[in-house]
Amino acid sequence: MSGLNKNVDREWIKQRLMGASLCFLMVFALLLLRLVYLQVIKGEEYRRLSKTNCVRLKSIKSSRGLIYDRNNNLLVENRPAFDLNIVLEDANPVKETVKKLASLIDVPYEDLMENITKAGKAAFYKQLTLKRDISRDQLAIVEAHKFDLPGIHIDIEPTRHYVYEKLAAHLLGYLGQINRRELESGSFPNVKTGDSIGRYGVEKSFESYLHGKGGGRQVEVDAKGRVVKVLKTVPPRSGNDLHLTLDLELQKTAEKLLGNHDGAVVAIDPSNGDVLVMASAPSFDQNDFIGGISSKKWKVLMADPGRPMNNKAIQAEYPPASTYKIVTAIAALEEKVIDGRSTFFCPGYYQFGNRRYQCWNRYGHGEINVVDALAQSCDVFFYQAGEKVGVDTLAQYATGCGLGRLTGIRLDHERRGLIPTAAWKKKRYHESWQAGETLSISIGQGFDLVTPLQMAVFIAAVGNSGTLYRPRIVKSIEDSDGNIIKSIEPEIIGGLPVSKKNLALVQKGLLKTVEGRRGTGRQIRIKGIDIAGKTGTAQVYSRKAGEKFDNTNLGRSLRDHAWFVCYAPAQAPKIAISVIIEHGEHGASVSAPIARALIKQYLERQTP
Amino acid sequence: MFDRRLIENFDWGFLVVILLICSAGLVILYSAVTAGHDGVGVHPLFKRQIIWMVTGLCIMLASVVIDFRELDKLNLFIYTLCVGMLVAIYLFGELGGGSRRWLVIGFVRIQPSELMKIALVISLASVYSTCVSMEGLGFRDLIKPAILCLIPFGLIVNQPDLGTGLLLLLIAGSITLFVKVEKKVFFTLAGIGFSIVPLVWFVGLKAYQKDRILTFLDPDRDPLGAGYHIIQSKIAIGSGMVMGKGFLKGTQSALSFLPEQHTDFILSVLAEEWGLVGCLILLVLYLILLFWGLNIAYNCRNTFGSILAFGITIMIFWQIFINIGMVMGLMPVVGVPLPLISYGGSSVVTNMVGFGILLNISMRKFTN
Repeated sequence: MSGLNKNVDREWIKQRLMGASLCFLMVFALLLLRLVYLQVIKGEEYRRLSKTNCVRLKSIKSSRGLIYDRNNNLLVENRPAFDLNIVLEDANPVKETVKKLASLIDVPYEDLMENITKAGKAAFYKQLTLKRDISRDQLAIVEAHKFDLPGIHIDIEPTRHYVYEKLAAHLLGYLGQINRRELESGSFPNVKTGDSIGRYGVEKSFESYLHGKGGGRQVEVDAKGRVVKVLKTVPPRSGNDLHLTLDLELQKTAEKLLGNHDGAVVAIDPSNGDVLVMASAPSFDQNDFIGGISSKKWKVLMADPGRPMNNKAIQAEYPPASTYKIVTAIAALEEKVIDGRSTFFCPGYYQFGNRRYQCWNRYGHGEINVVDALAQSCDVFFYQAGEKVGVDTLAQYATGCGLGRLTGIRLDHERRGLIPTAAWKKKRYHESWQAGETLSISIGQGFDLVTPLQMAVFIAAVGNSGTLYRPRIVKSIEDSDGNIIKSIEPEIIGGLPVSKKNLALVQKGLLKTVEGRRGTGRQIRIKGIDIAGKTGTAQVYSRKAGEKFDNTNLGRSLRDHAWFVCYAPAQAPKIAISVIIEHGEHGASVSAPIARALIKQYLERQTP
Repeated sequence: MFDRRLIENFDWGFLVVILLICSAGLVILYSAVTAGHDGVGVHPLFKRQIIWMVTGLCIMLASVVIDFRELDKLNLFIYTLCVGMLVAIYLFGELGGGSRRWLVIGFVRIQPSELMKIALVISLASVYSTCVSMEGLGFRDLIKPAILCLIPFGLIVNQPDLGTGLLLLLIAGSITLFVKVEKKVFFTLAGIGFSIVPLVWFVGLKAYQKDRILTFLDPDRDPLGAGYHIIQSKIAIGSGMVMGKGFLKGTQSALSFLPEQHTDFILSVLAEEWGLVGCLILLVLYLILLFWGLNIAYNCRNTFGSILAFGITIMIFWQIFINIGMVMGLMPVVGVPLPLISYGGSSVVTNMVGFGILLNISMRKFTN
């Protein structure tokens, strides 16, 4: 180490350092040459270019992927929209130009100036948007006065268009402009300021596929801002198209029949989990969201007591009511608390301790077995069956049936519902479980909460002999040339915790509900098609905390919710449906007819 | 303990060069942030840069007190600390522009990859000072330096910040060449290097990664991003011509065509407003600085000190070369700041610490 102090070594280190010095000199000479080249040889040219600031960027927006239904009907497309833009530097004098423009197209001057004042000085050479999506008439006027309006450009931008107003709005979703935080997060590499991204529904879940990549042009412009030369072009790349499992005609029917009711309809193909219908009422118009929804419209939507911005199929949780008796039946059969032959006696009520639990039928069902108890929806039978099974075991079966957990549909905001256990109540309310509460939950009241989608997946599994499918909404994703980028296969997420023999008993009970002489759903029979289903009437004990009552609606909002779940044809089901109508009172009379219409339409189309 | 001879040996000349470059930097930065700033008074970034420079100068002068040979003993500790910060970025780093580069401690945002440069130089100097010989280093001698290099390289490239990662390799490579390697080692490594590149290219990289690297090498491939910045930067520089447009009279910089005109693209502001003359003065000042550094390396009688002084000088050199080359369209667009001119606290402090070490070595050149 100390060796380098000798003279020989100093000579050595000197040599190495001289080498380094030489490198430094050469590199600096290179930099200097480059400076001379830029500032002296090409100096004049660059000085000229800098005076007009004439090299600019013009962006070309990509068009977003299209969305089709299962039969290749176009649901969401892009239409050309004409945007009114300005480049401040070219529009001298700005105020007069904008005033002239405002009077020509009959738009308040202040509205047009809004974006200009917002942008400040920094955007002198950047293109600013004055008004999006002007009408054809306005377009014609501006074009005609082109030469009186320096610096004003009209650019054609692809804009989202939802072909069927309000149709499947919750499933398809809507767009909104990307905000700064999202841009900085780095999760949207191809999105620029001012671009729209999916905010809800499929538009959001499949954002990365739908969003293409914007392109642009490097152009040279003259002193008036007109393009003289295109220097370079980067073509935009279109987004990929989605092919949904949704059935357009069926969806239309479902929404028409929901009409003015608040509620949801979900239809599923039991053989693969395809979502054929997902309707939630009331709906909203997605076209209102393009280019930013006005705060007035937004306030109206938020103030609507029907909660139009909620997808009730996955976001609303309801007591399953009598439809839950299917779960209680499965649990009781599997736990051998009952079998196909065992009966309970129903005098119209069940005496439990010092309280009487009523059956919906005050006159009683008499001696009744599990099949008839399902068909006639006997409460007393299921009070006793559920009591013998117990709350925690019942919860295990419910969870096994896909309730109280997410179905895994590729949409945000899905709720998991609630299947109570004794431990849950202890944790939540610091109270012990009361045996009487087991009776309530056995018939789907009390704490039990499910979403319409969960019930659809569950009833589909009952119909297809026990397979729970993950609900599929997108079948395949294709690029704009029709090549398949990704196909999403059906996915099994579990099996019903029930033996073939016991499931057959349950199926028999459901079939008898519609086809039996005393079944609760007997009004909806269709000639030639066997339907298996279950009605439900969910008591609305109390509204959610914080929800305000509207006096005129008081009567209505205390009425019961009407459920109907079913599948058909009973022998080899092709469609499974769950319907809920809020405050519809009786499942059999309000919800079941919707299901009937859908079944009729769907099956008649399949077998012409 | 503190020798009076040390004060007599203080390198006033070197300090003057540094202060000159700092002042030039502040003048240019003032112009860069003032243009297009419509607020009242001085731009906050300018005030902040002054605070950073004063802080840096204080750290620089304070670090003179401790003998640089202490760094030899502490090298592993410093190295581990910096690598630790790089790892910490992954856990609590702050996102910016799609990569994680900053660590927020209290009210300061630091960029550990900047500090890592100094730490690596110190560690390499320490390792090489024990094994340097006139015949050059063998393969065995290079194992430890290679490990020291690759850990931070991997961490930084993963942020992702390819530019700073490569800068680290360049600095380490230069120091290694400086202490000399055996001929066969040199050729073998060069051979391996040349054969690995195509292998990685065709087998190891995905299409989008290749695309990123190609754009990095050729900004014209991205005419809407880096390519556009280079064109604007070239227009700004060229339009300055010989005499420049005058202080605060630049137009290109005023219109924020360049997104990072106060950091990486600051030279375009100097070139536009002060012309070739201004650029020439800055280049000469930098050259004096670099030669002064080499001279300190030569005069030091301690092997560790010599290599350390060279290492810091070469670190400054690469930053100058890459930054100016990039702004003029000779080099890939990399986030490398111009020493003492670009805005940025971590960069200022790192460079000041480096100069502090150089001053330190210069003062103690007769100790070995």
